[in-house]
Amino acid sequence: MATLEYLSIKQAHDLLINKQVSAKELVQYYLDRIAKYDDKINACLFVRKKNALKQAEKVDAKIARGEEIGLLEGIPYTAKDMFLTAGVPTTAASKILRNFIPPHSATAINKLKSSGAILIAKVNQDEFAHGGSTENSAYKKTANPWNKNHVPGGSSGGSAAAVAADFGIFSLGTDTGGSIRQPASYCGVIGFKPTYGRVSRYGVVAMASSFDCIGPITRNAEDAEIVLHTIEGKDSMDSTTIESNSSDENTIENLTVGIAKEYDGDSMQTANDLLTSVGHTVKEIELPDSELALAAYYVLVPSEISSNLERYDGIRYGARAKATSLNETYTKTRDEFFGPEVKRRNMIGTYSLSAGYYDAYYEKAMQVRTLLCKQFNELFKMCDVIVTPTTLSPAFAFGAKTDPLQMYKEDILTVSSNLAGVPAISIPIGFDEATKLPLGLHIIGRQGEDTTVLALAKQIQANSDWHQRRPKL
Amino acid sequence: MAQISKQEIEHVARLARIGLSEKEVNSLTTQTSSILDFVETIQTTDTEDIEPTNQVTGLSDVWREDKVQNCQLTREQLLANAPEQENGYIKVPKVL
Repeated sequence: MATLEYLSIKQAHDLLINKQVSAKELVQYYLDRIAKYDDKINACLFVRKKNALKQAEKVDAKIARGEEIGLLEGIPYTAKDMFLTAGVPTTAASKILRNFIPPHSATAINKLKSSGAILIAKVNQDEFAHGGSTENSAYKKTANPWNKNHVPGGSSGGSAAAVAADFGIFSLGTDTGGSIRQPASYCGVIGFKPTYGRVSRYGVVAMASSFDCIGPITRNAEDAEIVLHTIEGKDSMDSTTIESNSSDENTIENLTVGIAKEYDGDSMQTANDLLTSVGHTVKEIELPDSELALAAYYVLVPSEISSNLERYDGIRYGARAKATSLNETYTKTRDEFFGPEVKRRNMIGTYSLSAGYYDAYYEKAMQVRTLLCKQFNELFKMCDVIVTPTTLSPAFAFGAKTDPLQMYKEDILTVSSNLAGVPAISIPIGFDEATKLPLGLHIIGRQGEDTTVLALAKQIQANSDWHQRRPKL
Repeated sequence: MAQISKQEIEHVARLARIGLSEKEVNSLTTQTSSILDFVETIQTTDTEDIEPTNQVTGLSDVWREDKVQNCQLTREQLLANAPEQENGYIKVPKVL
């Protein structure tokens, strides 16, 4: 049998159609790998064994009959536990959903299913995606495959760790303020956040609805593109979805790349040299005020969170605490089954939306959001894409950031693209000298120009090999 | 400096229907104050005559046909996740 380690989608597809490996063997390879390594990594919350193998048998039967199979047919993947998966437990890493088995699937999961991709595991995250290290999961702490004393980032930490550890070929994550890109950067993989509305949010546990984006975490940019084109599109179940122009295969000759002058580490120098060498024009720019963006973000997002989490009342689904009155049912359920960070964000959001504070906080932050969008529009008149580091430093050690505010500041370079709804990717750009941990390059594009961002990521990969380095598990 | 009192935290917890222990009230009082201090920077930004943004891709009034669609799921499937049920209904504690 051919070697199956760290396959790309196309490599796996070729092995399948050339009958060098069966779909069942491919699924079994990942199941074995999870069984062998996941007690060290702790990425998986639920592994789907029997049904995944059954699905693979159907693909094998098709191949045996000589039928053509699609690019994603038989391709094993994992999904963050925010995605509803019919008949498969979905907890959002919260105790309040510990016994929840959804009767239906998210649109993104359904689209992957129709394309023949095989879900093999639901993976860990911060509870309800609140956090930047996956330490806020109510179930387990996921380790960074590059150094098991360090966090994988978050909130899609299970997804990034699973892709870096080769528990599946790709993973689906969600990104409200950096939750796909930051863990991808920490784990040395690719994380792509599309334009807001390009991928349907239907059936994904809601965090902050005007920010939430769904996207792939992969080991190369081609795979991210394949997954994006599979899950994107207008959906009658999510009225904020937009028609994505799939013919927008932008050519990327001589782009003007804006590099923020305030970030000048080694990785930015590397990016600068690389971009220039492939014929792009690098231009120094000044980014919109990132402290201000982060402040507006931490008013708006908790507000939307507190509204979205109202549904967890212990009545219709989810856990219910023992209580004697209806009001006590609410308060006890939400006390007992929400973790500390979920309570904190609920409190901040309820405060900023409450009588007397709405204008000073929520309304004001929405106005600041307008200003930031305008600043981005101005910048995108001068350059085609903007690059920054994805994070200010590589993955930190478990327990290193206990103050909530310190953790919030982890998002400083990523939240702006969610405020402006623009597409952004994190790709590997090297390793930190002191810690030997991966570093990420953040590429931000104009709204709707997702494929420009992906094309540039592909070009950088064609001229570098950081995305091909693997951690020792 | 945004100082928030214990009483305010208790009031907000009542609004959010979250029961909090004495210890949680204390830690949230400190933490909320420091988070509000941090976001205070938005107050110093001039936003006069600036429209608020709540939809970032410029959509407004998205309509769909008001048409009844059949649910593919059975009553049992829909009720399966309810914490308590009786005779095909969700059971809740006495309201009055």
